[in-house]
Amino acid sequence: MSLFPHLTAPPGPTVRAVHDEFHGDLLEVSMGPQHPSTHGVFRMVVTLDGEQIVKLKPVFGYLHRNHEKIAENTSYLSSMPYTDRLDYLCSMSNNWAYALAVEKLGGLTVPDRAQYLRVIMAELTRLVNHSCLVGFLFNDLGTSFTPLLYAFREREKILDLFESLSGSRMMCNYQRFGGCRVDPTPEWLATASALVDNFPKFLDEYETMLSGNEIMLARTQGVGRVAAAQAINAGITGPGLRACGVDYDVRKVDGYGFYPRFDFRVPLGAHGDTYDRYMMRILEMRESVKILQQAFRDLPAGPVMDPKAKLRGFRPKAGEAYGRLEGPKGELGFYLISDGSPNPWRYRVRPPSLINLTLLEEMCLGHTIADAVVILGSIDIVLGEVDR
Amino acid sequence: MSDPTRPEPVERAATPAPTPFPAAGNISDADREDLRQHGILLTSLEELYGWGRSNSIWPLQFGLACCAIEMIAAATARFDIARFGAEIFRPSPRQADLMIVSGTVTKKMAPLVVRLWNQMPEPKYCIAMGACAISGGPFKQGYNVLKGIDRLIPVDIYIPGCPPRPEALLHGLTELQAKIRGERVSGPQAARHLRADQPSEFPIPDYGEHDLEPPSNPALFKPPVLPRKT
Repeated sequence: MSLFPHLTAPPGPTVRAVHDEFHGDLLEVSMGPQHPSTHGVFRMVVTLDGEQIVKLKPVFGYLHRNHEKIAENTSYLSSMPYTDRLDYLCSMSNNWAYALAVEKLGGLTVPDRAQYLRVIMAELTRLVNHSCLVGFLFNDLGTSFTPLLYAFREREKILDLFESLSGSRMMCNYQRFGGCRVDPTPEWLATASALVDNFPKFLDEYETMLSGNEIMLARTQGVGRVAAAQAINAGITGPGLRACGVDYDVRKVDGYGFYPRFDFRVPLGAHGDTYDRYMMRILEMRESVKILQQAFRDLPAGPVMDPKAKLRGFRPKAGEAYGRLEGPKGELGFYLISDGSPNPWRYRVRPPSLINLTLLEEMCLGHTIADAVVILGSIDIVLGEVDR
Repeated sequence: MSDPTRPEPVERAATPAPTPFPAAGNISDADREDLRQHGILLTSLEELYGWGRSNSIWPLQFGLACCAIEMIAAATARFDIARFGAEIFRPSPRQADLMIVSGTVTKKMAPLVVRLWNQMPEPKYCIAMGACAISGGPFKQGYNVLKGIDRLIPVDIYIPGCPPRPEALLHGLTELQAKIRGERVSGPQAARHLRADQPSEFPIPDYGEHDLEPPSNPALFKPPVLPRKT
């Protein structure tokens, strides 16, 4: 006997006939949690009239692994590796967002060189995330792996850099509150700089193959539209919001880190459809390359850790802090309440993936089930962050 | 939970090391190698069968968490799992030979993993990829995390790491291939899927009030007994 039968009920038949007073006979299909195009263990209960979606109910929690509760029982430093595993494609940005929150809480300062390194890592992560996302999106469109192979080719190069710097490919655990863990060597910086200079070539190649593709245009333009007001109401952030034409980028609005020192533009869409969301990613990658080139040019010498920062046994004063940044998927925030003990009293993540999912049903209504897969791909979710 | 009509599962015997087929007992490996130099291949049906099966393992396209990204990376150009004949990821369990449990299995997901395993046809193999699938990993203390998939389904190969590198997955795959090549098709040492007394399906746990019901399969999982000084 379960306490919450409506939450824990095992999935019923995957396809069943249902009756609706307005539509008549309908079909309810359960997609997931094991489905090749739900990007992990995500489930959609879709009600179909023929092939058109009349109702869509997302079901998640299949990857709820108690990140917040575990973090409340460990020290501030020990939570850092867990943030890697939130959005497992972008560990560097997650580290930074958490470090921002702890630095606010403890009143720590960050040396200039570390600020630049953080920008470099965050933008490299954005390149990884966006190129892989485009690959996955085309997988959902039916290209059967080819664009993803190009994306992963570039990802491996960037992951080699991360690995040589931090010791791990995916779970970098690189940032610390008060700076960064290790200082890159001049050779590392030269390799990274060369990689960034070559990246636009890859983008050109990618765009030549994909952006003007006829099937791509037919399947994505006008599909999954969101109005700007609707997106703002739902709290959508990141490329999904900017595709609707809303100029909101935490890098510009909040000016965290050293972003005000960099010269870059925020690409904006006009239609809020799947195609605009795709183009946002491509254009943002081009802007990221510009930011990276400026960062490599201006990188100052100096320490990478605040000498006064105390990592082990860190006990901030009682208080609360919210640190946020523009992650590749949207506004990623960490909210911490301290009661003066070595553990946070409350630890809360504002996951962009989860909040961007809230408009999924509105985007999908009236489209076919094949479009729902593409729309989900364009929202860019990672289940580690949705369920935490 | 258990089906009374089904025989009780017995302890799984360790897979014996590959030995020459009895009929070929008079021909040593050195002789076979000698013959191979002259273009004569000697083999047995058992070896041929194992060789063919081990080189066409079709994994289930099934990602749970972070390790799934490394599993995809193993399928892409740099690591290229196709070199080992295992690139055909099938989205349907009915067409798959290998389940790579790639990531954290939560208590909400665990019954579905067991159901997928039951839906796979024999012969089937399971790789527990990453610390979470082996033991719960960094999330072991979480209230919603299953502490190892081997509590519910039998696991052939464990790959440690958080996440394991794609090379580690490839190593695990080659170990599994060696295991498949060593399997016997008849006799008392026959492979698991050929023995009538070995179960192919395992009970699917229910969602209980505090935990899965049952939390583990007692036929598969024996919790370690900690020696304590009195």
